[in-house]
Amino acid sequence: MRTSKLNGIVFLLALLVLWECVAQAGWVNPLIVPPLSRILQVFYDLVSSGQIPLQIVASMKRAAAGYLLAALVFIPLGIAMGLWRRVDDFFAVIVEMLRPIPPPVVIPVALLFFGLEDSMKIFVIFFSCAWPILLNTLDGVRSVDPILLHTARTFGLSYGKTIWQVILPASAPQIMTGLRVSLPITLILVVISEMVGSTDGIGYFVLDAQRRFKVAQMYAGMLVLALLGYVLNVVFDWVYRNLLSWHVGSRKDES
Amino acid sequence: MTEAKRFNWLGWLAFAGLLLAWEFAARGNPKLQLYFPPISTIMASLCQLVVGGRIGGHFWVTVIRFFAGYALAALIAVLLGIVLGYFRVLHSFVAMLIEFLRPMPSVAIIPVAILLLGIGDGMIVAVTVYASIWAILINTIEGVRHIEPTLIDTARTFGLGRGQVLWQIILPAASPYIVTGLRIGLSIALILVTTAEMIAGSKGLGFFILDEERSMNSSNMYAGIVVVAVLGYALNRVFLIIESKAMRWHHGMTARGGA
Amino acid sequence: MPILQVQGLSKSYRQAGGETTVAIGNITCAVEAGEFVSFVGPSGCGKTTLLMSIAGLLAPTAGKIIVNGSEVAGPPRDLVLLFQEYNKSLFAWRTVLGNVLFGVHARGNHSTEGDAKARQLIELVGLKGFEKHYPWELSGGMQQRVAIARALAYEPQLLLMDEPFGALDALTRLELEDMLLKLWAELRTTILFITHDIEEAIYLSDRIWMLSRRPSQIVQEFRIDFSRPRHQVNTRAEPRFMEIRNDIYRQIGNAGAS
Repeated sequence: MRTSKLNGIVFLLALLVLWECVAQAGWVNPLIVPPLSRILQVFYDLVSSGQIPLQIVASMKRAAAGYLLAALVFIPLGIAMGLWRRVDDFFAVIVEMLRPIPPPVVIPVALLFFGLEDSMKIFVIFFSCAWPILLNTLDGVRSVDPILLHTARTFGLSYGKTIWQVILPASAPQIMTGLRVSLPITLILVVISEMVGSTDGIGYFVLDAQRRFKVAQMYAGMLVLALLGYVLNVVFDWVYRNLLSWHVGSRKDES
Repeated sequence: MTEAKRFNWLGWLAFAGLLLAWEFAARGNPKLQLYFPPISTIMASLCQLVVGGRIGGHFWVTVIRFFAGYALAALIAVLLGIVLGYFRVLHSFVAMLIEFLRPMPSVAIIPVAILLLGIGDGMIVAVTVYASIWAILINTIEGVRHIEPTLIDTARTFGLGRGQVLWQIILPAASPYIVTGLRIGLSIALILVTTAEMIAGSKGLGFFILDEERSMNSSNMYAGIVVVAVLGYALNRVFLIIESKAMRWHHGMTARGGA
Repeated sequence: MPILQVQGLSKSYRQAGGETTVAIGNITCAVEAGEFVSFVGPSGCGKTTLLMSIAGLLAPTAGKIIVNGSEVAGPPRDLVLLFQEYNKSLFAWRTVLGNVLFGVHARGNHSTEGDAKARQLIELVGLKGFEKHYPWELSGGMQQRVAIARALAYEPQLLLMDEPFGALDALTRLELEDMLLKLWAELRTTILFITHDIEEAIYLSDRIWMLSRRPSQIVQEFRIDFSRPRHQVNTRAEPRFMEIRNDIYRQIGNAGAS
């Protein structure tokens, strides 16, 4: 197993070295694929000058706002829909009608309503995260083992207490799945909405660099996005492991 | 535990109520009409666009790009996925690369693609392929890796050659995973096509919707969204139908609580 | 007055096709406070349905259930049911202590002595030291002990147990049987027990009710007079033990034969 990790690292490094050599030798048009060293240099410069951190903050503000808003609205809605048939019925058709809309297609609507403001991106992210969060929450609540509900009843738990002490913890793993799936969606949509209608943010940064033929900068921006994606995943996993430590263990056991 | 499908009166009423509320709010409030054109107006625009043929061109452009990108991505990803899933050593080499590229949102590739391919069909199909490959690839690798070794040994005992093992054993056994990947890839492909059209297109539904917004024709914009939604829905439906036919054995198995 | 009276209980289900299955035909019986009573019968005769009905989790089609003199129309306050699938009924997100505390709190006891009580029960079921463990970390037998501790933490007057030891290996089963008898003797709870293991029923109970096939009824009552405390070797070695066992087996065989 050790060797396989080593293989991966070696291969990756080899590719990077190859990139550098090929670019330096001029076999590829440096205006399209600059040497890796140049990209890293530009990356470093932009980070230390504060340019990149500025853009990151701009993007992350919107991403966080949209993501949290979606969670705040759609987790309770999903719980309500999971618990009460009537509520589920009420919203079911509307949800089914809105679901097939690919999220980016909502951007022009958001532009219409909010212009180039932050609220435009927040709205787009809110809409995009809605379905994974809603549907996973709904599913989680619905698939709580009936035996757990019987257990609550035999111990004489009131309805409210049953929801709070049994149903919510039992559906927490599935709710987390919805939140986890929404993470890359959030990142993707923040980038797209910034590419289509923004004056700052990483998405804008990358596209703008391309437009002005600042190619190394463009790649640097992509690197930032890859790192952001990675970091967000790590952070989420950390939160997940701490919040749902009981579940992490039991899943490992399920072999 | 299947209950008879009862018609969801409440839901449809809620939906209709929403549409009616929209309609009357818009009609009663001219200031609102830019943001919320009356439903009737949107429907009228939709008819006009469809019948008049104006949206037809954009529609087919998007559909063709979608199929080109998706089909290509599926082909590459499934083949590559089977190879990587089967030959563990090969996979170990590429694994790190995949791990590093995965977190990057695939849309970030659009500027590069524009640089390399300019704006146009080639670029749009290319980014669609890039983005869709990931989901299909990773699921395919998963699927092949999870194949019961016993199955392959059984095939070998019967004297099946490498190629036959691939076709008759590996592909079917991994197909549930592959299908999952293909389903995810479907949504991703549609998203990428419309996105690329919005960012750098001159034709296509994505471009159309954005263009109408820019010209303040909100009615046409919403009509365009309806068309895209219907397209997305239709594609999903078709996929489900094909999947249920092809994967009947799997559905039966999982329904009985099998693997 | 008996702590539990079942009068003319019957329960039927409507199937998907429209036909009705009668799970419980007609059950009438009475349990005195402090007794240990078991139900045995061929599989599928509705034992679980019976227990769920007495526990107020299923509404009977006909008949009455009277606990402590009052008719039952939902889960009775002084009664707890232990489910067959105990691993599914434990709260995966709570530790062992958390699960047992649940029973304490459900009773309304939120004081600090509640915590001490929970710990005491955990020790009584032999899980001292495992308070901070999660259910998935425990073996089947240990999980069952947690479920029992949680139920007892509620201080029920009536404890209903649905084949609690069925999924366990033989040795663990014997261990838990003795543990249960000890707890029962100390806490003076009334226990209704379901098992398909006839010898277990004889070993544990004061009385055994044998159920017929569906639609189930009580076919016969067996009084078990062996002295207490019972002993795995001595009690089971009594000649009368085997007699009763054979008797019940024969009857179940007849009831099952068709």
